[in-house]
Amino acid sequence: MTQKYELVVVGGGPAGMAAALRARDCGVKSIVILERAETLGGILEQCIHTGFGLHYFNEELSGPEYAARFSLLVEQSDIEIKTDTMVINISNENIVTAVNKTDGLIDISAKAIILAMGCREKPRGALNIAGTRAAGIMTAGTAQKYVNINGYLPGKKVVILGSGDIGLIMARRMTLEGAEVKMVCELMPYSSGLTRNIVQCLEDYNIPLKLSTTVIEIHGKERVEGVTIAKVDRNRRPIKGTEEYVECDTLLLSVGLIPENELSNAMGIALDPITGGPVVRENRETTQSGVFACGNVLHVHDLVDFVTVESQTAGEGAARYILGQFEEDAYITTKGMDGVRYVVPQRINLNCNRDVKLFFRVGQAYKNAVIYVENNDEVILSRRRPKLAPGEMEDVVIKNEVLKELPVNGELVIRVEVQT
Amino acid sequence: MKFDVAIIGAGVVGSLIARELSRYDMKIVLLEKGNDVSVGTTKGNSAIVHAGYDSMPGTLKAKLNVEGVKLMPSLCRDLGVPYKNTGSLVIAFNDSQMVALTKLLIRGNQNGVPELRIIGQGKLRELEPNVNINAMGALWAPTAAIICPYELTIAAVENAVMNGVTLLRNFEVIRAVREKDGMQALFSGSGEVQAKYIINAAGVFSDTVAAMFGDKEYKIISRKGEYFLFDKKLSGLVNHVVFQCPTKMGKGVLISPTVHGNVIVGPNAIDIEDKEDCSTTARGAIEILDTARHSITRLSTVDLITSFAGIRAHNENVHDFIIEQSSSNPNVIQLVGIESPGLTAAPAIAEHVKNMLMTIAGKQKKKENYNPIRPAPVRFKELNDEERREIIKKNSAYGKIVCRCESITEGEILDAIHAPAGAVDVDGVKRRTRAGMGRCQGGFCGSKVVEILSRELNIPLDEVTKFGDQSKIVFGKTK
Repeated sequence: MTQKYELVVVGGGPAGMAAALRARDCGVKSIVILERAETLGGILEQCIHTGFGLHYFNEELSGPEYAARFSLLVEQSDIEIKTDTMVINISNENIVTAVNKTDGLIDISAKAIILAMGCREKPRGALNIAGTRAAGIMTAGTAQKYVNINGYLPGKKVVILGSGDIGLIMARRMTLEGAEVKMVCELMPYSSGLTRNIVQCLEDYNIPLKLSTTVIEIHGKERVEGVTIAKVDRNRRPIKGTEEYVECDTLLLSVGLIPENELSNAMGIALDPITGGPVVRENRETTQSGVFACGNVLHVHDLVDFVTVESQTAGEGAARYILGQFEEDAYITTKGMDGVRYVVPQRINLNCNRDVKLFFRVGQAYKNAVIYVENNDEVILSRRRPKLAPGEMEDVVIKNEVLKELPVNGELVIRVEVQT
Repeated sequence: MKFDVAIIGAGVVGSLIARELSRYDMKIVLLEKGNDVSVGTTKGNSAIVHAGYDSMPGTLKAKLNVEGVKLMPSLCRDLGVPYKNTGSLVIAFNDSQMVALTKLLIRGNQNGVPELRIIGQGKLRELEPNVNINAMGALWAPTAAIICPYELTIAAVENAVMNGVTLLRNFEVIRAVREKDGMQALFSGSGEVQAKYIINAAGVFSDTVAAMFGDKEYKIISRKGEYFLFDKKLSGLVNHVVFQCPTKMGKGVLISPTVHGNVIVGPNAIDIEDKEDCSTTARGAIEILDTARHSITRLSTVDLITSFAGIRAHNENVHDFIIEQSSSNPNVIQLVGIESPGLTAAPAIAEHVKNMLMTIAGKQKKKENYNPIRPAPVRFKELNDEERREIIKKNSAYGKIVCRCESITEGEILDAIHAPAGAVDVDGVKRRTRAGMGRCQGGFCGSKVVEILSRELNIPLDEVTKFGDQSKIVFGKTK
């Protein structure tokens, strides 16, 4: 038996919840959220530190508190929730196949689908670090789950490779639990984490951040006994003679996040090679009609607040699609150049009748930079930025009246220039 | 505990011998020093059924290799494990290598390898569209295949245990004593078993074990080989096991599909002091990937999901399998230097050893209720929707997906833990179910598998290990 809903939301984390709520507010009648974990909330459930909601709620909340603001609304609404439910396939006819213990295998047909599966951490294998396969090597997120959810300490003497935000947060968390965090090593000459996390999680606890440094070998037969670290040159290759042995029983990895697009990929949705997420237009519709994407499955965000806002855009987009409110096609594409690694959304419908915020990231750190948005070599807007860093997502807003003037099938380029 | 036969080592060879002997009315014990079966040489290798053209004609290696190729398909079917007849190619890039292929062809014909032939560039490109455009031709061996060595071994042990074999894990034989009544007493650090006949299948430690029975002439070098495993996205990059021309150190770097749809690349060959040193090296990575790209130019490291190293029991002095009755103790059979093509030959080695034992011990009575079939475990991912519906109805644990990347359900993990000779650690669950073998490498499911092991084995979370002993995952409770 195929169940029918107007909207199926895949994933009940912050993205899925915000998208579902907005779609409902826009008039969508029947909505179901399919969540693989036991509860709504996604990864926020294990992020018990504060710092969430500063932008969206003007308050400092913990992860579970931030999630609860939305999950309470979802639970009070007529949005249906299926937890412990894993989506295993989405057909080109928008039939979502999911599986759980109580319903078994279920087919759900939907007018529109919102993909909100989040992202996952890059594992050791992808880095190809030499050495043994001892216990005690795990991603920072896995360690976070052991500490915050299971209540067990995954290590006593810890080296963290990668200065992504989860790694920084876990440096503090493990220290507070009595572990000795020896250092955070970062391959790049800058951290990929938020400045506030470097200050609050490392500097406040005197944990050294070693830039342009990596782990070249892992030692220990059964449990990790130490790692060899080394400085790297400009091409990120270890420099001979800089090797140093660091005794530790745990190596945590915080070396990057990968949007989880197995389902999107299997559906044939076009993915952006840089973001790893679907190519979308300004309402977050993917290249598959009626399928939308938002949150970390689309591109990895630094702050959940921005995930929420983006997901509301997707929720509204899906609602308009379901209610048959279409705009006439008139597209322009976006593109990052000269230091700008990617831009989301990748396409804008010039008839969308709204201001459009473009999100982007730079590939290296800049000081005194100017961001230019150009069409046909003509500067449409420019913004000064005293500092730009790969770890901090940037945005610019293109006003509706500006959009209306742009040529159909044109290209909007964002680039960075350093002021001298 | 008294047994008729004790087999030392639960790798693919020891396990298949145990299963072969379990057809007979004998009390058999399989002793393994690791926390699980299939954790030595069997765990990390190319996972290939070699066609049989490599070994010198007339050797035991050549004979058992070719016999093993014939036995493997039905064995895998009986044990419910994957087997895929891909065929293999040895590619040549110049005239002298083409000459080398002819030598291999002649050798293969002498060894009785069927269907072996040399193909030109056109046919090669048809078989392997992604092959290096400079490849001139290849030796094509259609009988070569791919299997999963640890699944085969685990299944063989399960089947052996079903048929009455006793498995003792964490039993490292450190001393052997010949008793007056003709029994052999085997001691581990904490236990003792006695058996009339001993089969030494201890892999890289076969020389050490042989010496315990007075045979001190063997010398095994542990030779490490590193491998790289690529994402299933690359499935279809190669269709055959693709070798380059062999060198002195071995058959060289191959690139091959795996039975699970990944692509495997490796190995190199490094002689190591510590016989169990399975660490990978930075140099090995560069060397192997560069060499592999010589075969398949399009191979990119972007889709690398993991690397590992395996060990081989290399015999420096004798370039053949040694399978012989001990010269010091007639009740002991020594298997020494079972390196490549040991996996391929293993089913034939098992029969060979059985025949030897029957010569030594006399003909044994067959068991009436011997069952050669080990039912294939449930693989949710491979079921169709109808089968999935049915199985969840029967057991709802199959409706809970634990490993997202490989779509492994809780039901499959429970089956693995509660099977005969079931999983007792995280790596054991991984090898039996593939939970944690996907592209996230256990990032999401790792902690869930630890929770399930803790619950099902009724041990605290901080006693769950990755592979036994001190390989604990967490240290005690938080503050």
